[in-house]
Amino acid sequence: MELTGFAQIHAIGAPVSLFAGAGLVLLVQIASPLWAPRLGGEGAPARSPSFALALLALAAAGAWSLWHEATGSSGSVLSGAVVVDRFAVFFALLITASAAAVCVMAREWTRGLGEELQADFYALLLASAGAMVLLAQANDLIAIFVVLETTSIAQFVLVGFGGGGRSAEAGLKYVLSGAVAAAVLLYGFVFLFGAAGTTSLPGIAVVASADDGGLRLPLLLGLGLVLVGLGFKMALVPSHGWVPDVYQGAPAPVAAFLSVASKAAGFAVALRILYVGLGGGASSIADEIALTVGVVAAVSMTAGNLGAFWQQDARRLLGYSSVAQAGNIAIGVAAVVAGSSVGPSAVLFFLATYAATNLGLFFVVVAVGQRTGSYELSQYQGLARRSPLLAAVAGICLLSLTGLPPTAGFLAKIYVFNAAVQGGEQWLVGLVAVGVLNTAVSAFYYLRWARLLVKEEPAAAPGDGRPARAAAASLLPETPAQLLLLATAAAVLVLGVVPTPLISAARRAAEVLVAP
Amino acid sequence: MSFDLAPTLGHYLVVSGLVFGLGSAVALSKRNAIAVLMGVELMLNGVNLALIAFSRFGAAFADDAAALSGHAFVVFVLTVAAAEAAVALALAVLVYRRRETVDLDRISSMRW
Repeated sequence: MELTGFAQIHAIGAPVSLFAGAGLVLLVQIASPLWAPRLGGEGAPARSPSFALALLALAAAGAWSLWHEATGSSGSVLSGAVVVDRFAVFFALLITASAAAVCVMAREWTRGLGEELQADFYALLLASAGAMVLLAQANDLIAIFVVLETTSIAQFVLVGFGGGGRSAEAGLKYVLSGAVAAAVLLYGFVFLFGAAGTTSLPGIAVVASADDGGLRLPLLLGLGLVLVGLGFKMALVPSHGWVPDVYQGAPAPVAAFLSVASKAAGFAVALRILYVGLGGGASSIADEIALTVGVVAAVSMTAGNLGAFWQQDARRLLGYSSVAQAGNIAIGVAAVVAGSSVGPSAVLFFLATYAATNLGLFFVVVAVGQRTGSYELSQYQGLARRSPLLAAVAGICLLSLTGLPPTAGFLAKIYVFNAAVQGGEQWLVGLVAVGVLNTAVSAFYYLRWARLLVKEEPAAAPGDGRPARAAAASLLPETPAQLLLLATAAAVLVLGVVPTPLISAARRAAEVLVAP
Repeated sequence: MSFDLAPTLGHYLVVSGLVFGLGSAVALSKRNAIAVLMGVELMLNGVNLALIAFSRFGAAFADDAAALSGHAFVVFVLTVAAAEAAVALALAVLVYRRRETVDLDRISSMRW
């Protein structure tokens, strides 16, 4: 249903408030010399309002999404290029919450940036988050391309924000691989457009489902290229080369943002293209695409887990772990295309629990890295004694990433594997077997990290050049970050025991895709 | 015997595929960041050529609005590519200031 009047603005309210927030942060920063001298007096360090403004914009976007959720609004605007439905609202809430957590996580680090760069940082974060929310709403190839690039370009700059040589290097690598991935994605879009004669996803679905085999080649080529291009966002093989370098080189909060929000947005658009654009399992090429996604999932899990095996840097390990987890989620996507009706909700549930888990772990990594200046895993040795809170949260999150009960990660894995088995194909069962095998491999390095937490500290030999170990009190982050730290750990545990509310929310969101 | 030399959709697609293929070969094999960017520009030009070709020969399509959306797409591609290149060059300058090189093999301080 095409919306009119104010309903059009209402439909894109969440991204609009994020974009407006980004503009506001920059404007206030430009205008601040006008009133700062009068408030703070000469020489007094002016307090930057960017952080508060960013949280305000995120709160507005979150509230707007909740409004959509409560009223169950659905419809399309801008000639069908952008839609609002429960699926998009689910992702809007997920992305907004993750972006807010990243803001709090980055608070301490941004203080060292200076006022102007702080404003730039929060403005870019808001712009990127706004485009991600819009990405989950996009229903047209042109719209998808433009908002996808908006998120990416903002992230390229964010990755290069760290000031050091490594950060700039990571930014350059990220932008180059991003540009290649975007070009590949576009070439895929060209074939979809050429085959269907329209850029709108429902229009492509009409052509794809009516196809009697004559359009197989362009559709297969198009979707294959699109999956490679989107794999860059989701951190899937073969577009995963940038992940470890960028996670290691980027400022840790930005890496957290990439691993959670960016991945969720990538899966959102992939699901929409595969379901709305292809009609789920209804089109003539569904089997081939499902098999391709299955192979990609298996290779991603294996490559990620093998890469993470002997990592000594926490961020690099998280980078490889992110590739492996993307493979896990892709099992759900493969089941989706093979026609499993449980698939989409499994993917949504996994993404939400993964967001809570990874954000919690990144909170710990940022806190430890900020205090000790190092991201080496050896810093975590004996953390349980120095800071029980950080160690407990890290332990819970690591268990959840491994997929052990009673955490949310366990249920998420079961849910995805179950969806794959329900897909009813032989090879999907094999894929689940690969997934289980990979879980065992991943347990090795996740639990190695967890074991470090409770291990005795090595006796510090005086003058051996080791950095002095920070005392317990100084390891803890500031109060807001501490609260969120507890909140993420609590979410991981609570969702592991009482998953029903989130599962039913994911089901309702996925109905949009499954129902014709 | 007459030769019909008017180019058809197939001709354009072959050229576009060649341009895209050359671009991706350059982007994936060159180690210099600027050369990679040039490869990406070639890839995008291949994309644009195919989009325009599909629009031009899209008379067989049901409605004419579809033909125009290909043209519109090209304008968006050009704009976004410019923005992307601006950010990429800025980051390349940043790296060059620190390392005096933009050779991707020589700036990788992060390994394993």
